[in-house]
Amino acid sequence: MASKLLLSQLRNITRPTHHRLINPNFIFPLKNQTLIHSRPYSDAPQPPPVGSKPPPTNADSAPTHKKISSSLNQAELAKFSAIAETWWDAEGPFKPLHVMNPTRLAFIRSTLCRHFGKDPYSAKPFEGLKFVDVGCGGGILSEPLARMGATVTGIDAVEKNINIAQLHADLDPGTSSIEYLCTTAEKLVEEQRKFDAVLALEVIEHVAEPAEFCKSLSALTVSGGANVISTINRSMRAYATAIVVAEYLLHWLPKGTHEWSSFLTPEELVLILQRASISVQEMAGFVYNPLTGKWSLSDDISVNFIAYGTKNTE
Amino acid sequence: MNRAIVRRITPNIRTWRSTLKTFCSDTSEKLHGSDGDKAVTVKSSSLDSTDNVPQYDVAIVGGGMVGMALACSLASMPLTKHLNVAIIDSNPALLARDNIKKEDAPDPRVSTVTPATISFFKGMGAWQYVQLHRHAFFDRMQVWDYTGLGYTRYSARDVDKAVLGCVVENKVLQRSLLSCMEDSDVKKKIYPSRLNSMTLHKSSLLSGTDSISSEPSGSLAKLNLSDGDCLYAKLVVGADGSKSHVRKLAGISTTGWKYPQNAIICTVEHTEDNRCAWQRFLRTGPIALLPMGDNYSNIVWTMGPQQAADRRSMNEADFLKAVNDALDDGHGPHPQSERIGDGGILAWLRSDETSSASEHFEVPPRITKLASDRMVFPLSLMHANNYVSKRVVLIGDAAHTVHPLAGQGVNLGFGDANSLSRVIAEGVAVGSDIGEMALLKRYESERKAANIAMMAILDGFQKAYSIDFGPLNVLRAAAFHGVNYISPLKKNIISYASGEQRLPLFT
Repeated sequence: MASKLLLSQLRNITRPTHHRLINPNFIFPLKNQTLIHSRPYSDAPQPPPVGSKPPPTNADSAPTHKKISSSLNQAELAKFSAIAETWWDAEGPFKPLHVMNPTRLAFIRSTLCRHFGKDPYSAKPFEGLKFVDVGCGGGILSEPLARMGATVTGIDAVEKNINIAQLHADLDPGTSSIEYLCTTAEKLVEEQRKFDAVLALEVIEHVAEPAEFCKSLSALTVSGGANVISTINRSMRAYATAIVVAEYLLHWLPKGTHEWSSFLTPEELVLILQRASISVQEMAGFVYNPLTGKWSLSDDISVNFIAYGTKNTE
Repeated sequence: MNRAIVRRITPNIRTWRSTLKTFCSDTSEKLHGSDGDKAVTVKSSSLDSTDNVPQYDVAIVGGGMVGMALACSLASMPLTKHLNVAIIDSNPALLARDNIKKEDAPDPRVSTVTPATISFFKGMGAWQYVQLHRHAFFDRMQVWDYTGLGYTRYSARDVDKAVLGCVVENKVLQRSLLSCMEDSDVKKKIYPSRLNSMTLHKSSLLSGTDSISSEPSGSLAKLNLSDGDCLYAKLVVGADGSKSHVRKLAGISTTGWKYPQNAIICTVEHTEDNRCAWQRFLRTGPIALLPMGDNYSNIVWTMGPQQAADRRSMNEADFLKAVNDALDDGHGPHPQSERIGDGGILAWLRSDETSSASEHFEVPPRITKLASDRMVFPLSLMHANNYVSKRVVLIGDAAHTVHPLAGQGVNLGFGDANSLSRVIAEGVAVGSDIGEMALLKRYESERKAANIAMMAILDGFQKAYSIDFGPLNVLRAAAFHGVNYISPLKKNIISYASGEQRLPLFT
């Protein structure tokens, strides 16, 4: 598969790149935020620059971190809290997610059936497996996974999302068994919960400390389990498409949903996963065809991409 | 978990179900086990609790050929065969267990199935049941009109196939699909009653109120039947024909017009063997003779309503004479046969023509006996403006009806059933709710384009042949010649009419 070729290219990278954006106001005048973002990828704790985004879901990951003001933390959560009721409105602000959902699920079904050795033609291939959907939002991903037979736990830091998700899941007896919790990945790690597959789709670009986040995801996975992470690439094309076109021109997403500096390139994602003992096996991209209005899987990872990795066996 | 207990109890429950009737608001104690995963509930008293009402994944309203084809197709695919299917049809033939005997007189209600439909049936494993009964393949077709100016002959050899189609009685198709489903282990139930009304529980998640009761049926459609039963379903399929009740209940409007024509249908007998489909366009409408095997053929004769009533009531001898006139040289002369081998200066133009282009004009076999009653049906064109609505989808004649002049009507319906079952399988594969609009819209976008294209072409033919005007007659004759001799056009027409191509494009 061509994505495997891409992966081997990624593995040839010898040293991590350290990205730091200086004065985003002048380069990207469309941005609303006036703060400087820095995304250190090394593991050594660094004193946070002025007004940087503190880790929202990793608040108590390392007690040696200084207590930071949580102004932007609330901003990210407040962004999603404000539109929480519209999660299940297929024509509302979450429409792109709804339209993209079957394509993401096709990738997840294909890779996880292969990983767990299940029959791909079975209607419920994930019967007996425990999945956790980190950053589940309204449950757009959790419900189809539950219908495919998995025992799903959905977690999200925004309480409103969990309420909406629980209400919607109760409408269908096939999904009413999903366990929704308003918590963070770190708290689950402290409770020593383990899952066969950990999924975090479109979450990592809203997290301030992606390296710590990936370590938590890894701690939640059983040895030899699977991880699926999807996000948006930090490329010029992604800026043009996912931010300018989607937020400002087509109004698919509310302005300010994404910040370009928070995006990760595939190389960076592979590296931080590697450091969290997860080896990325496959990667694919999503492309949107404006003529048919459909998303499809492809080898083009320059905008949206999804990665499937396995936890190294200890 | 109660699952192990439920699995042991539910087979017993099923044998009891035929003697029990479940009512919506029943206060007596009763046992109930609907789909395999619902826990058995014994209720001593019930308010209108939703636990007493059976829940199905798909409720197919209308157990005709297209509805049964959908059910059979769902039963034959590994991704969908676990779905619970309810079929609602008051026709007693569905529950009757007597077989169709070979000595039965052929039913006048027949359909011509295209090769695409035949492969759909073979894929489901239902064609083997059709082959046990009377069916007739044909590999030739002749089309001409009353002006005697031209004719066209089609042959399956033109597109390197063995057959152009197969003529099968409708009841044979329906019974074969039913037998195929019964032999598979799909969970289905036939409700022998009619649909009275249907309600859709709205998801009030967006209204912001707290009055949502988290009942399990919150997002299902509830169907009330005429004998008092009711049931819940995730998806309601309207396969109940051109006067679809489901379409009315869902509030889907239609576009269309009545044709000023009725069709007489009957079965006739003749002395020679017939493996060709004949169609002659007369002033009032086309007459078609379709082979049914065993020296029987089916007549579909379209004409004005008054003439149809006359022809239906006239005695047998007069009717047979009228039919023979219509097929032979009444109403107009025979076209002249093409002279074979007459190359001349244009021989180089005709080098790659199909083999059927050089065939002689043939006269259809002489009809000797009427073998069934004559039935009359009014004809119209109808197309539903939407095929889908919340939790409701239309297939077959409920979504579209066409003129029978090209034998395409039920084949469009089978195409709908094929497409819908594939879309449902894709939905199950990614764990989506099978009644959600995004999934159903995919079915609609696939089928609407194909159906509208076919309907437009058939309507065009009907209008072109309903006018008797000198220059237009010559134009039509030129069109006959054109189709006969321009082989890419002819091959395209044959593959489009056989269902191999979805849209009439040159690809």
